[in-house]
Amino acid sequence: MNPMRRRRAIESALVHVALVIGVAFALYPVAWVAALAFSGTPAPEPQVMPWPQQPTTAHFEEVVGATATIGDDSVWLFGRQLANSLVVALATATVGVLIAIPAAYALARFDFLGKRSGVGVLLATQMFPAVASAIPLYLVLEALGLLNTRTGLVLCYASTAVPFAIFQLRAAFEAIPVDLEEAAMVDGATRVGAFVRVVLPIARPAIAVTALFAFMSAYNEFILAATLLDDSRMFTLPVMLQHYVGEYDAKWEAFAAGALVVSLPVMALFYVAQRHLVAGLASGGVKG
Amino acid sequence: MVDVRLRAVGKRFGDTVVLDGVDAHFDDGAFVVLVGSSGCGKSTLLRCIAGLEEVTAGTIEFGGHDVTHAAPRDRDVAMVFQSYALYPHMTVRDNLAFGLALRKTPREVVDARVQEVARMLSIEHLLDRHPRALSGGQRQRVAMGRAIVRRPAVFMFDEPLSNLDPGLRNQVRVEIRRLHDELGATSIYVTHDQVEAMTLADRLVVLDRGRVQQIGAPLEVYRRPANRFVAGFLGSPAMNFLRGHIARDGDALAVALGEGVQVPLAGAQVAALAPGREVELGIRPQDVVRDDDGPLALQVELVETLGSHVHVHGRIGAASFVAAFEGHQGPARGEVLRLRVTLPHVFDPASGVALR
Ligand SMILES: Nc1ncnc2c1ncn2[C@@H]1O[C@H](COP(=O)(O)OP(=O)(O)O)[C@@H](O)[C@H]1O
Ligand SMILES: [Mg+2]
Repeated sequence: MNPMRRRRAIESALVHVALVIGVAFALYPVAWVAALAFSGTPAPEPQVMPWPQQPTTAHFEEVVGATATIGDDSVWLFGRQLANSLVVALATATVGVLIAIPAAYALARFDFLGKRSGVGVLLATQMFPAVASAIPLYLVLEALGLLNTRTGLVLCYASTAVPFAIFQLRAAFEAIPVDLEEAAMVDGATRVGAFVRVVLPIARPAIAVTALFAFMSAYNEFILAATLLDDSRMFTLPVMLQHYVGEYDAKWEAFAAGALVVSLPVMALFYVAQRHLVAGLASGGVKG
Repeated sequence: MVDVRLRAVGKRFGDTVVLDGVDAHFDDGAFVVLVGSSGCGKSTLLRCIAGLEEVTAGTIEFGGHDVTHAAPRDRDVAMVFQSYALYPHMTVRDNLAFGLALRKTPREVVDARVQEVARMLSIEHLLDRHPRALSGGQRQRVAMGRAIVRRPAVFMFDEPLSNLDPGLRNQVRVEIRRLHDELGATSIYVTHDQVEAMTLADRLVVLDRGRVQQIGAPLEVYRRPANRFVAGFLGSPAMNFLRGHIARDGDALAVALGEGVQVPLAGAQVAALAPGREVELGIRPQDVVRDDDGPLALQVELVETLGSHVHVHGRIGAASFVAAFEGHQGPARGEVLRLRVTLPHVFDPASGVALR
């Protein structure tokens, strides 16, 4: 080996060691949760290595198989809650992005009265934590008769997702040269046609990232959901999880099993969207 | 195929006047070059003609039809952008086909035309690539192809060569003119480069600060500039300007530069000039010859050798002056050259208007 090659090899080894340590550091808590979820003995003593004690899948069965009896009917509670979460998150992403796209495009391309103050207000809404609006939102939904509904939850989530989505998409649209739209219009497209055929396809990675982000924040949201829902059939998964660690009786193993199950759809989504994500995060979209 | 007429076209952005009373007529099939220094409003004028900017005054007609408020897509124009503006998410083939497909052209016709244009521009082998996988020169060709494939009534070019290497630039320039002759449509071409302007144009439109300074055939504009701006803008090295006043020189007139130096004027120029009038004398570097009896004495300070030419920089009295000679043998530094003027231009010192 010549010295150059040796130096490269050492460098590469060092980098890998650092990466492995980083990954272990990030995954340690997850491993712990997994160990807990598969443990048969209740509340194992804290231990350094996360190995399950008396391995079992009973907790998963408990969480996933949860049912509730309402009148004479027995409903598969977990199934409903999973559906709630997915529907609410998907609807939030869809509604949020559909509202944000035209708004972001207008902000990126046109000058109009109230643009600056409008952007200022949007920015201001980002500075308050969602909790601050929990009570007012509760009152509004109560007045609208939307408490304990998925629709109500989607409205709340979308209203918080939209400002952020607008900022993200505005940056994405601004990165697309106006020339491209003008070329399309000279080529025979209408303004709307140029937007649909040229701008949207180019902004697709950014739109995907924005939608994914809205999906995730709705899927993970707990405080609003806990405030606005009190019927277990309407619960989303984070609220369901919280019920395993009640005030008097904490079923940590079930909680851990639930946490893993709840993470699965998100992991799947990330896996599928990976390519888009990297492209969307890495660039404003257009070069050449 | 259409002619283009601009009547008192004006454009303002807020309080900024960018175009002011532009009147012009471009014949069907002409190659028109809009030329001027950066920021003079060339691109804005082109964009107004294309319909990408709305004019704030005046009218635009294509083939006798008023298109002042028509959308770009209804004007039957095609444009080659300075940035090329290729659609990055489409292959070269789809870039070329985009405009035709939008106009609901039958599939076979689109394919045939794309092939034809690709052959014309030698980009057949690039059809399935995306723009990011092309070199600058290849992108430029695709941009031209996208314009040609539509067979528009008017071609527009906004500094299409400015992002190319100099060698390629000359080559593509020649090709653009050849394509124009082949296609026969009216072309409107924006550039700040006077070589492009002179070589490409049938008709030259010189702009300065949003106003038309002169319109004419390139040689006519070069030889008979309408004012000081045009005279100084076209030609390289730039025209020399010397202050003086009109004097009698026997039967003819001359410009007296002081210290007894008099540059005789040609007979045709006599009419408007009264003796004693203050003028600015314009002399192109190429319009002097060495002559031991010539009136001008050029004190040589610097000689640039270009191979086929030499540029001699120096002073006449206190004014700096450049002379250009053919050949490769320049005078020595410090030498004094006697010069005779072959084509003097005379301008009004206040307005800059050429006096004839
Ligand atoms: N959208 C705009 N808003 C305000 N000013 C503009 C706009 N477009 C161009 N201008 C101004 O108009 C002038 C002419 O611009 P342009 O036509 O691009 O010049 P050129 O192409 O001759 O270099 C410049 O001073 C420029 O700043
Ligand atoms: Mg320009």
